[in-house]
Amino acid sequence: MTAPTTTALRQQLLVLYLSTSALDSPVVAWSRYDGTGRTTPTAGDSDEPPYPTGVAALLDGWRLIQVAQLIPPARGHEYDTSFLKHECFFERIVDLREPA
Amino acid sequence: MEEAETDIPEALLSSVQMARFVARGSVRLDAVVPPEMNAEALPVLDDGVPPVPYGTPVSQAFKPGSFPRRLLELPQVAGALRSLVGPEPTVDHHAVHIREPHGGEAQPLHADAIIDVRPDAFDVQLMYYPQQVTLEMGGTLSVPGSHLRRTNESDTGRYQNLRGQDRLVCPAGTVVFLHHGLWHGGRRNDSDSRRYMFKIRFNPRVRQRLLWDTSDLHDPEVHAELDTHFPWYEQASGRLERYNRALLWRELTGDDTFDIEHWVTRTANRPQEAAV
Repeated sequence: MTAPTTTALRQQLLVLYLSTSALDSPVVAWSRYDGTGRTTPTAGDSDEPPYPTGVAALLDGWRLIQVAQLIPPARGHEYDTSFLKHECFFERIVDLREPA
Repeated sequence: MEEAETDIPEALLSSVQMARFVARGSVRLDAVVPPEMNAEALPVLDDGVPPVPYGTPVSQAFKPGSFPRRLLELPQVAGALRSLVGPEPTVDHHAVHIREPHGGEAQPLHADAIIDVRPDAFDVQLMYYPQQVTLEMGGTLSVPGSHLRRTNESDTGRYQNLRGQDRLVCPAGTVVFLHHGLWHGGRRNDSDSRRYMFKIRFNPRVRQRLLWDTSDLHDPEVHAELDTHFPWYEQASGRLERYNRALLWRELTGDDTFDIEHWVTRTANRPQEAAV
């Protein structure tokens, strides 16, 4: 058995919801989760998105780690609306030894 | 303690206001509760409002002269309630929400109760704010136009912010009626003040059709309200929102030809006449 490895690296997550399935389409909603504990983002804490598009987040160094699949509507439910469709998860790794 | 329905002067909603409700999922009445009632409300809400069994007709739910009863008798409140759910709705439940200064976490975005996709009926939730609500006090967050999305309760909790969201800031005495499906949540109270809100959910007992002041039913502004685009809508789903609004407006008016930008008519067109 080895001793648990401690690391100073933490993950920050940015979730952008886009207007279409194109990564360069406008951001319509957003969320942030901070593994460093330095910030505590929460519901209703800002009215302006951190980036105008998904690509703008890439340009700023965020790495895309998951994007919503394109799933056809179920037969008979073509006109239903539900969750936001175009969800993109981005991550950034932060070294706690570096100043915020 | 059954009471005959009294003749309360009511300020019914207009068709334009109803159309706005169908598009936004809420109708807001600023400062309709007078200051003396707002001052009275804080100790009343601190003491708690006696529970009401599910399904109690509104005239039997609160004693004559009680604070909730007088709140519901205010002409603009009574008129909006009647316009939305008709005469003598039942009280589903009520609750007093108090957020302590610098206390509590934001609620995840949610719709109350459970997923509820009735196409031809809806409940409303009255939310009464006895104090002026500032941004720092963390008033209710709501998402205009989210009420027709088919989601269950707090499954939307992953969403923190949406373009065009409404972070409620309002004068004292404001009453907001929400469609039961509207995404909303109490925000974190970052101020030095306790924040109060009193909520009552109502269930209709009549068909919700033309219950409001329909004298402006054909005002072009009705159509304009129903065609409202909200900034958080995805490009494609935003069209479906109008489609679904058109269906709801058909139910509320009985006009099965009503449409917005031909969305419903086009996709329902299946001619059966043989060509000659």
